[in-house]
Amino acid sequence: MQLEALYQQVILQHYRHPHNRGVLDAPDAEVHLRNPTCGDEITLQLHVRDGTIEDVRFSGQGCSISQASASMMTQRLKGKPLAEADALSARFTEMMHGSAEAAVDRNLGHLRALAGVARFPVRVRCALLAWNALGEAAKQVRTNGPG
Amino acid sequence: MYVGEIRQEFPILQQQVNGHPLVYLDNAASTQKPRRVLEALDRYYREDNANVHRGIHELSRRATEAYEAARVRVAALFGITDPAELIWTRGTTEALNLIAGSWGMANLGPGDEILLSVMEHHSNLVPWQIVAGRTGARLRFLEIDEQQRLDLSGLDELLTERTRLVSLCHVSNALGTINPIREIAARAHAVGAVMVVDGAQSAPHLPVDVQALGCDFFAFSGHKMCGPTGIGGLWGRRKLLEAMPPFFGGGDMIEFVELERSTYAPLPNKFEAGTPAIAGVVGLGAAVDFLAEIGPEAIQAHERYLLGYALEQLRAIPDLRVFGPEDIAERSGVISFTLADIHPHDLATILDAEGVAIRAGHHCTQPLMHRLGVGSTARASFYVYNTTEDVDRLIEALQRARTLFGY
Ligand SMILES: Cc1ncc(COP(=O)(O)O)c(C=O)c1O
Repeated sequence: MQLEALYQQVILQHYRHPHNRGVLDAPDAEVHLRNPTCGDEITLQLHVRDGTIEDVRFSGQGCSISQASASMMTQRLKGKPLAEADALSARFTEMMHGSAEAAVDRNLGHLRALAGVARFPVRVRCALLAWNALGEAAKQVRTNGPG
Repeated sequence: MYVGEIRQEFPILQQQVNGHPLVYLDNAASTQKPRRVLEALDRYYREDNANVHRGIHELSRRATEAYEAARVRVAALFGITDPAELIWTRGTTEALNLIAGSWGMANLGPGDEILLSVMEHHSNLVPWQIVAGRTGARLRFLEIDEQQRLDLSGLDELLTERTRLVSLCHVSNALGTINPIREIAARAHAVGAVMVVDGAQSAPHLPVDVQALGCDFFAFSGHKMCGPTGIGGLWGRRKLLEAMPPFFGGGDMIEFVELERSTYAPLPNKFEAGTPAIAGVVGLGAAVDFLAEIGPEAIQAHERYLLGYALEQLRAIPDLRVFGPEDIAERSGVISFTLADIHPHDLATILDAEGVAIRAGHHCTQPLMHRLGVGSTARASFYVYNTTEDVDRLIEALQRARTLFGY
């Protein structure tokens, strides 16, 4: 039962046909993160204009959870203000730590399909990999200033 | 061999995990402990606990006796005729670091070469990187062929008078490949090189006789052979060990100490500074008694039977790719595989939900994964207590994974 909740169609869909996979020309921020225990890795790139994420791409390799999380995250954030990314990231992290309230938060949209990951503590870091990269990228934008 | 009876000796196997009877197939990472090992640890701490080699009192005498008696029994299992050549370490990693840090630092210099292979565990790679960095020696690597066996066609070119040391795994933890150590050791000796064997995956699973292997050093870990964690060993030839400088300095490894200099104790104490893992040694002794009673030949035959049984069923699963040699005689009870586009971590999670414990990841062999063109694999590995029912449960769980992923 829990497994079905984990491996929902929408997650497999994003795993097999990820959105925003690729590389950007002259990104304003670029972050490469690895999960040394399992070898998963992600490179996340942002184009930011006037505080808004104009474009976002990711590349790398990983399990269905990390890839689906990255795909849904980028889909949800494209065209949104950086400030919204921060808030969403905080909410998503709450959901990963088992918050029932976050798991029904409409703001999270499709990302709620990942709520089941919270029941598999060793897989939470897979779901958070892209979000950790996002946090680093946002930091880069704020220190370097967007283009 | 009555697997049913053997299983009864392992309390940990009599449990449910995620609502299913536990199927433990992560033995290459660490093995479970039979009752007699648990009891030996308990009895040691209840009745005999004291420091070794130091006290005049009765408990210290008993602790020392148990500590040294275990050395004799473990030595016997590996065909070591002089137990003083067997040094206790924390495990394979410490044993390999000891050789690199002591023999390597004393004997290597610019222009010298260390020959390894691309299938080595990080613990038989990183210590040599460190010592190469410090001494100016150069690392060279044997490649693997299309069946993930060592490619010995490159050996003549790689093994030269510059080669001072060859260090290879006896059995690959990521592939199960059994390497032809005896042949390689003979060729290493022909050019005057020292032969080191990482026995972490052979000591528990194959009959091992260090003399017959023809190596100069042999490293192993107790926790992979039914013993406690934190204890393992290094066997080395007396001549080499006596010529080597100590690795750790401290109590127990000295004869006489002055402020500016010391003289060192004879083998094996010279390499056993400080209070050792006495309980660990006692537990390892009990584990070795258990393995010796069953017999390494019987253990290998049992695992080979399970391997054949498993491979036949795994090869019938569409899109399942098994790594390692085709010929079962060239492999030990380790099966690395991938299944369609299902990431190994997803496989491991799905199997765990079915009570089946496997490993997924790079298995501390990142360069090998790179050679295989994968980021990671799933790995099932057997031991003496596994059964054909365990294999059946593995296969069923893999079918479940296929269903969940829409196959
Ligand atoms: C082939 C091989 N070498 C070395 C090691 C390191 O052993 P330990 O971690 O017990 O020191 C392992 C264990 O994972 C292994 O499989």
